[in-house]
Amino acid sequence: MSYTTQTQTSMEAAGESAGNEFLAFTLGREEYGIDILRVQEIRGYEPVTRIANAPDFIKGVVNLRGTIVPVVDMRIKFDLGTPTYDQFTVVIILNIGGRVVGMVVDSVSDVTTLTPEQIKPAPEIGTTFDTDYLIGLGTLDERMLILVDIDKLMSSAEMGLIEKLAA
Amino acid sequence: MTIDMSQFYQVFFDEADELLAEMEKLLLALDVSAPDSEDLNAIFRAAHSIKGGAATFAFTDITEVTHMLESLLDRIRKGEMALTPEHVDAFLVAKDVLTMQMDGHHHGSSVDQTAVDSVCQRLKALSQGIVADAPAAAPGAPAVAAAPDPVAAPVVDADGNCRFRIELPDVPQKDVDALAAELGLLGTIEQETLDDKRAVFILTTGESQDNIVAICSFVLDPDDLKITYDAAPAAASAGAAPAEDLGYGIFEPEKNPAAAPHVAAPAVDAAVPTGEVKNYGRRATDKEGASQESSSIRVSVEKVDQLINLVGELVITQAMIEQRIAALDPLHHERLLNSAGQLARNTRDLQEAVMSIRMMPMDYVFSRFPRMVRDLAAKLGKKVEFVTRGAATELDKGLIERIVDPLTHLVRNSVDHGIEMPDKRKVSGKAEAGKLVLSAAHQGGNIVIEVSDDGGGLNRDRILAKAKSQGLPVSDTMPDADVWQLIFAPGFSTAEVVTDVSGRGVGMDVVKRNITAMGGTVDIRSIPGTGTTIAISLPLTLAILDGMSVKVGEEIYILPLGYVIESLQPAAVDVKEVAGQGKVVKVREEYLPLIPLYQIFAIDPRFEDPSQGIIVILESDGKKAALLVDSLVGQQQVVVKNLESNFRKVAGISGATILGDGGVSLILDVSALLRSSRQLNADPVFF
Repeated sequence: MSYTTQTQTSMEAAGESAGNEFLAFTLGREEYGIDILRVQEIRGYEPVTRIANAPDFIKGVVNLRGTIVPVVDMRIKFDLGTPTYDQFTVVIILNIGGRVVGMVVDSVSDVTTLTPEQIKPAPEIGTTFDTDYLIGLGTLDERMLILVDIDKLMSSAEMGLIEKLAA
Repeated sequence: MTIDMSQFYQVFFDEADELLAEMEKLLLALDVSAPDSEDLNAIFRAAHSIKGGAATFAFTDITEVTHMLESLLDRIRKGEMALTPEHVDAFLVAKDVLTMQMDGHHHGSSVDQTAVDSVCQRLKALSQGIVADAPAAAPGAPAVAAAPDPVAAPVVDADGNCRFRIELPDVPQKDVDALAAELGLLGTIEQETLDDKRAVFILTTGESQDNIVAICSFVLDPDDLKITYDAAPAAASAGAAPAEDLGYGIFEPEKNPAAAPHVAAPAVDAAVPTGEVKNYGRRATDKEGASQESSSIRVSVEKVDQLINLVGELVITQAMIEQRIAALDPLHHERLLNSAGQLARNTRDLQEAVMSIRMMPMDYVFSRFPRMVRDLAAKLGKKVEFVTRGAATELDKGLIERIVDPLTHLVRNSVDHGIEMPDKRKVSGKAEAGKLVLSAAHQGGNIVIEVSDDGGGLNRDRILAKAKSQGLPVSDTMPDADVWQLIFAPGFSTAEVVTDVSGRGVGMDVVKRNITAMGGTVDIRSIPGTGTTIAISLPLTLAILDGMSVKVGEEIYILPLGYVIESLQPAAVDVKEVAGQGKVVKVREEYLPLIPLYQIFAIDPRFEDPSQGIIVILESDGKKAALLVDSLVGQQQVVVKNLESNFRKVAGISGATILGDGGVSLILDVSALLRSSRQLNADPVFF
């Protein structure tokens, strides 16, 4: 878990009280969190251009101010909830190692700050994500956020988005 | 005050590269028997500019070689020496050495010191060949008399060094130290202090005064500087000073030994007139530089690419506006529509203008070949007349840089294998000198570059025999065009002898691969005994292409127009099944394989029946096929966007573009489609 140690070091450097900020979003009934620094922007869903013969969860590509950006639907990828596309469908635009990817989720709730104490290690079972892609479980009052290592997930061979991560 | 000089290095290297190329071009064009003084001056200026730059950056090895080159050139251009072919050869070798040294400084590549020494010797020997004759003419030495002011001539010691007395203005001690260190690199330096605490350097160096001024000007205003020739110790040796030419123009050194005492005497007072002299070198250099550079500026490619991208965006935005206002009532919005029309025109002009920035004349590539052909022909004992045509034809910079290597290979091949030895040419009734033509021309959206020789032509039988022995699938009845393409197979060479020029069989396949990677094609035409022409066809630019948009189901794809031959709706009777292997279409007495786009991309089409849809006949690599689509949408210029920058390579797709409505459309990779069509049924290549 090089990621955790890395963030912890940077947090220690920033001071005791500082935590990590996570963007919380929902897929079906589960609540997830990703590092806010990887999020470039949040947009509504726009029609995409389908890419022939690509897996289902790769919806296609869209024009994001002149750049061609692939859009993946996490609900299809992890079989959570029903993939409907309406005015409430949200696309989180991520910037990972200089590459831009759109991620369709059911909704985006808020940005929360989690201290290292609030992040518990993920159990080996219980989520649809491979635990390799998890940072841990964040507890926030009654809520539980599944914290995803989005860098690792999006650059994984499983997603098939990137031949090789640039950075 | 220290300045980080390294930031200027790149500019120097760029400039020096250009100057060297220019020099070589001029040298090759030089008519030895009657050299044009303009050309000689231009060569001299190039050498001088490089020397000045090199001295500024303390690349003493480069300075040394350019200095000798310059001295010799100076003598020739002043008519003191007649130009001979040996001179031209020596200059060319010197140019190579300089390029090597430049690379050494720039990229840290190794420098062959013996080559440097030998060229120095050669240049020295050539200039001394005349020095022997010079004294006879020297007493008259009109050059000195012609000088407008009586100037203290530099006193040259036996090593060709001069002693300069450099009087600094009142500057802080640390500047003095910095300057002393810099100047110390040029030669030996002694420092003294005047009564009013100003510093004075006595510098013994082989450098010219300009260079000293140039170095000082980094620290202080050169106008405050007083440089004089320090006479004291040099005067004794002045009488014996060899007539090594240090300067030029009014710096013409006196060669008359009798003048030496006269030189020594006024040296101390000479500070006043030298005030004018010292500026001469700088101003003259500025002017020379200006005349060459005022018409162009140096901009990094990234900036240009950024500009091109932005204009691409603008074109898309403009198309969006056009689409939106097309729905408006022309009566009520006449003025808006007019303005939009104007915007459309301006945008198009702007786009064209911006695209042209990236365009460079083919001369950039062609200019390096005359030298290569000359050397190669001399080495092989052949006579070659080299002609270039269409050097002004412009091509995208990205492509121009990548075409150099393949073209070099082809030209080399032509000289080595194509053109025969002079005696053999005589026997077959041709002129002794073979003709090698390198030409470039626009043809539609492509640029066609041809390397053509009037040599022996390709030997069909030998290629076939070789192909057979290598186990390639060939038959004796193959059409010529197919036979010629065999030479692009890896490891294929029919040359009897492997020379260091070519014949190892590596290369032609690389040529082909490089050109295909650029989206181009290679064709060979050859007639035995008459010659061979290799034609490279390349798209003009990679950033924008003329596209034809086609619709299948609800999806729109872009076909690069360059591949489209025609589109038509076939009659039902012309579409035939081939034993479960797919369909063929009969078009103009030709059966073409039918590629149903809906099938490849798994789309729900409007028409599955070719006789209801439209077929677009495509051609790539000499192979044709018919692509079945629902309908044609239109024809437009599209800005090619890379799909891989955020996604990955998609089979059958070469890129994407943004349509007028802001949506994305994919550009079909036609050559991949055609390739796959041959194996589509057997082995699907898409995922």
